[in-house]
Amino acid sequence: MPVRTRPAPTADPAAPAARPRPVPAPRAAVGARTLRRDRWWMQPLITVVVLAGFVVYGVWAALRNGDYFADPYLSPFYSPCLTDNCLDDATPHVFGDISPVSPALLILIFPLGFRLTCYYYRKAYYRSFWWSPPACAVPDARRGYSGESKFPLVLQNVHRYFWYFAVLFAGLLTYDAVIAFIHDGRFGVGVGTGMLVVNAALIWLYTLSCHSCRHLCGGRLNLLSKAPLRRRIWARISVLNRHHMFFAWASLLWIMAADFYIWLVAAGHLSDPHWIA
Amino acid sequence: MGYELAMRVWRGDAEGGGLEDFTVEVEEGMVVLDAVHRLQATQANDLAVRWNCKAGKCGSCSAEVNGKPRLMCMTRLNLFGPGETITITPLRTFPVVRDLVTDVTYNYEKAEEVPTFAPGRPAGDDGHHRMFQEDVDRIQEFRKCIECFMCQNVCHVIRDHEDNKQVFAGPRLMIRYAELEMHPLDTNDRLELLRAEAGISYCNITKCCTEVCPEHIKITDNGIIPLKERVVDASYDPLAALGRRLFRRSADDSAT
Amino acid sequence: MTAETHTYDVVVVGAGGAGLRAAIEAHEQGARVAIVCKSLLGKAHTVMAEGGMAAAMANVWPEDNWQVHFRDTMRGGKMLNQWRMAQIHAQEAPDRVWELEEWGAVFDRTPDGKILQRDFGGHRYARLAHVGDRTGLELIRTLQNRVVAKKLDVFMECTVQRLLTAPDPETGGERIAGVFAYWRETGTFVRFDAPAVVLATGGIGKSWQITSNSWEYTGDGQALALKAGAALMDMEFVQFHPTGMVWPPSVRGILVTEGVRGDGGVLRNSEGRRFMFDYIPEVFAADTADTEEEADRWYTDKKTARRPPELLPRDEVARAINSEVKAGRGSPHGGVYLDIASRRDPETIRRRLPSMYHQFKELADVDITSEPMEVGPTCHYVMGGIKVDPESQQTTLPGLFAAGECAAGLHGSNRLGGNSLSDLVVFGRRAGLSAAEYAQAIPADARPAADEGQVAEVTAAALAPFERFGTEGAENPYQLQFDLQAVMQSLVGIIRTEHELTQAIKEIAGLRERAERVAVEGHRQYNPGWHLALDLRSMLLVAECVAAAALARKESRGGHTRDDYPGPDPEFAKINHVLRLRDGQLELTAQALPALPPELATLFETPSAPPAPVSAPGAAGAAAQATVPPRQADDNPPPQAPPVTGTSNGRNG
Repeated sequence: MPVRTRPAPTADPAAPAARPRPVPAPRAAVGARTLRRDRWWMQPLITVVVLAGFVVYGVWAALRNGDYFADPYLSPFYSPCLTDNCLDDATPHVFGDISPVSPALLILIFPLGFRLTCYYYRKAYYRSFWWSPPACAVPDARRGYSGESKFPLVLQNVHRYFWYFAVLFAGLLTYDAVIAFIHDGRFGVGVGTGMLVVNAALIWLYTLSCHSCRHLCGGRLNLLSKAPLRRRIWARISVLNRHHMFFAWASLLWIMAADFYIWLVAAGHLSDPHWIA
Repeated sequence: MGYELAMRVWRGDAEGGGLEDFTVEVEEGMVVLDAVHRLQATQANDLAVRWNCKAGKCGSCSAEVNGKPRLMCMTRLNLFGPGETITITPLRTFPVVRDLVTDVTYNYEKAEEVPTFAPGRPAGDDGHHRMFQEDVDRIQEFRKCIECFMCQNVCHVIRDHEDNKQVFAGPRLMIRYAELEMHPLDTNDRLELLRAEAGISYCNITKCCTEVCPEHIKITDNGIIPLKERVVDASYDPLAALGRRLFRRSADDSAT
Repeated sequence: MTAETHTYDVVVVGAGGAGLRAAIEAHEQGARVAIVCKSLLGKAHTVMAEGGMAAAMANVWPEDNWQVHFRDTMRGGKMLNQWRMAQIHAQEAPDRVWELEEWGAVFDRTPDGKILQRDFGGHRYARLAHVGDRTGLELIRTLQNRVVAKKLDVFMECTVQRLLTAPDPETGGERIAGVFAYWRETGTFVRFDAPAVVLATGGIGKSWQITSNSWEYTGDGQALALKAGAALMDMEFVQFHPTGMVWPPSVRGILVTEGVRGDGGVLRNSEGRRFMFDYIPEVFAADTADTEEEADRWYTDKKTARRPPELLPRDEVARAINSEVKAGRGSPHGGVYLDIASRRDPETIRRRLPSMYHQFKELADVDITSEPMEVGPTCHYVMGGIKVDPESQQTTLPGLFAAGECAAGLHGSNRLGGNSLSDLVVFGRRAGLSAAEYAQAIPADARPAADEGQVAEVTAAALAPFERFGTEGAENPYQLQFDLQAVMQSLVGIIRTEHELTQAIKEIAGLRERAERVAVEGHRQYNPGWHLALDLRSMLLVAECVAAAALARKESRGGHTRDDYPGPDPEFAKINHVLRLRDGQLELTAQALPALPPELATLFETPSAPPAPVSAPGAAGAAAQATVPPRQADDNPPPQAPPVTGTSNGRNG
């Protein structure tokens, strides 16, 4: 070892000091597991509450199998709707009639997979659910740790494939938002239109600010100067990428809000205020 | 102006040790390292502490202040409430030498494993290289690193799992790899090494390295994640592999 | 007791820019090399260099060449430089910079992809290759990585206590046989046998109270060389950097890079006046703008405009600030204002000066993009050092070489900013080269071997402070250091007088006596009190050298200003002061300065700058200046930024 800070092991045994060191050498015996005195548990706690809330809502919304279409609004949980019992005709009903099964279950795997393998959500749930680590300089809950090097977590590397589908879904949700302007064949704007437009916008922002997207669009190049267009795209995406966490949460909460609104309208609890040309 | 500061400082060595209480006279505008020096000069002459520049440029005085990794020279005392006791402990992840000094050899060993920079032939007609600012902006961020090793210290992969020191190079070395891999002139390929020996997949991107970086380098977002994506290109993505093969074949065809 | 022993061809003491470059070169020559350094690898003082490294690469101004760089260096040093060193430096610096790029350094770029160069005080053209304001870090990291890649042996946190010598059959005197050191971690001793030693230990600034230097700068190399029989030169010339932080007190002295001024920052007093226009010395008058308009135009137009006076050499600016503060026109904390906020937009400031931005934000709570900084002079650099041969860097002791700040000669009486980083690599390489050649020329059976007597002596001296602990009259090393700093700050500071210097020599003698009784508690394992007690001996010896040389130079020149001899004296322009240690006593001799050869002398005959057409009438300009408030950008539209490349959006965060 060329770079070293202590006497060579070949030093004269008669010399004092240079006590043999146990391997691995001991760390400072600091009793407390962490000396942090701030409320480091707050962030994981919030993450757990919000994510768990979303899971509960999501299960209810996905299994509801009804009241997800309030003409012209299709709930983002059910888009694209691919079975015969769908009330909208925006997409072909390729799965035919599978009625007891909710059409949401056919498609949710894609957005779910995208978010599960997302570099931001990974941080969020590793910290708050796995406690690995719960906060910086607070010890892991588990003794063993192999990160994402082994099955199943090595599958996180599939993220970019989910991103390809995410682009498709962002397109479909944009289509839904456009259709939301057509009220009975005429141009119109309702509160639901706004909900779906914002939803599509947030989904786009979340999808485009993705780390895989940033890599594919230009991050993989070493000579950005030779590809000015990709460099510009990469630079823009890099700006978005800084806010990836914000878009992740905003789009997640907004999907819930949009679905809830459409359910309120579809189930007849609320009528959608709108204006038609 | 001056006031009494209550401090708890870890003292000891590999054999053992513990927190000791001190009260030090300090003044407004001081940083933690000043208080430690005052303590050293007046009450504990042999208190071991590593420091050099005292201006946040050399990265020597890393320690844990109230449980958080910090450069002592850049941590102002008015960050803490009046009357608050300041607890200073050595970096936890490395073996202790004495008091606040730890043995950071691990980091130097991992640095020796990094294949060196290998530039191609100079592009300029004057025999010198040409690089463009837009190509070096990225790597200049990584080269801001002052090697304070706080990212290495806070990284739970090695902080909480001593065994992983064998298989994981740590965030500081990840941005060293990133700097070389993204270098516009470099011709070495370190991706397989990064995947295997350097253990990039041990990182679960929980971003504590970025949180503690005194140079505000976005270690995770700009360094490790882009590297992970490059490793996916090289080792996990079948489409990327196919693309490489096709590209190589067409390049061969055009060459013949 | 037998200490741990290693055998090498070349031992390099110090792992800053010069040490690492020397080690790399000696290794390339096939020598077995060890690097011994006091701190961890990569923490050396070089990391603190901010502005850049001067090299006439002519990337930004094609008019630049080595002759102009040479002339700037000699003028900045008030012609007291060893001309041959200044010539070698100016000629070789560009190659050393390009070589760093080959090894992985990533300098800022020009639009056509070359290395960007920036303006700095005393340099005629924008000449400093740089990376934002952390050029020293880039230099040391590049060399460090090279050293690691070449698998050189590095002994970190290992402090050299003595140079070992053996009789030299050729000269009848002594020659180098190795070095003797102790491990900081364990406190155990280690001996290196080597026929050639390169000293690259840096400066001496820790002996002053207000200093930009770290604890390492205790003058070890100078003291080791002196004690081993080598000579020092020009020790009276200590550079006070004009802009150090002055507030809060605990960061007093921390450097504010000259790059702030190179990028457009100006100095103002409490009345808001750009006072540097009042302090333009005769010798630089032809090269320096005398109106604000011309000064501001210079940043973009170097052909017709002359340099702003803020970019005069450091000694001039430091003295000017000193005078303003003394005249009662200083800032609340005893400095003056350095203002870039009103002259450049925040984005430019943050990109060009990122670490200054953070330093002020985090340490002083000042946002330099919206407020001026308070700055004042701080002890920064020693121009003098170990006397060396300009070509080989060999000292007067065979086998001993020196490079970097600890060597003397290149900078004369005052160093130009940016010349130190290029000094490190130019002369580091030369020292490594000659050391390797020297070592390899000695047959294996004729290698010098130090006798055990030297080792026993230094071991006993090093351990003595422990034995004195608890005895009557024991001295605390920290108190001694504090007292020494107070003496040097007040009596051997920027402005000196005969009376004060005589007083200083007396006080230092008293301190040396007290140092004989210095005692430390505890054990040898990583004991900073002990380390300081040992370093103190170097500090005291070097402090005495500075005071003695300053007393002997009865004139003001460059980094040496005498209140009782305020002007330069042509007689002193011909001599360098050389110091030796004979039987424990300092001996000072005046040595004639080598004369410039005629072909170089002609460089100083023609007027250096084209006489610039000055359009603004001087009187009106001066009146307007006096009323310019410090932070009103409107009266004083910022000139266009210098040619800078780069995208602002390339970075994520």
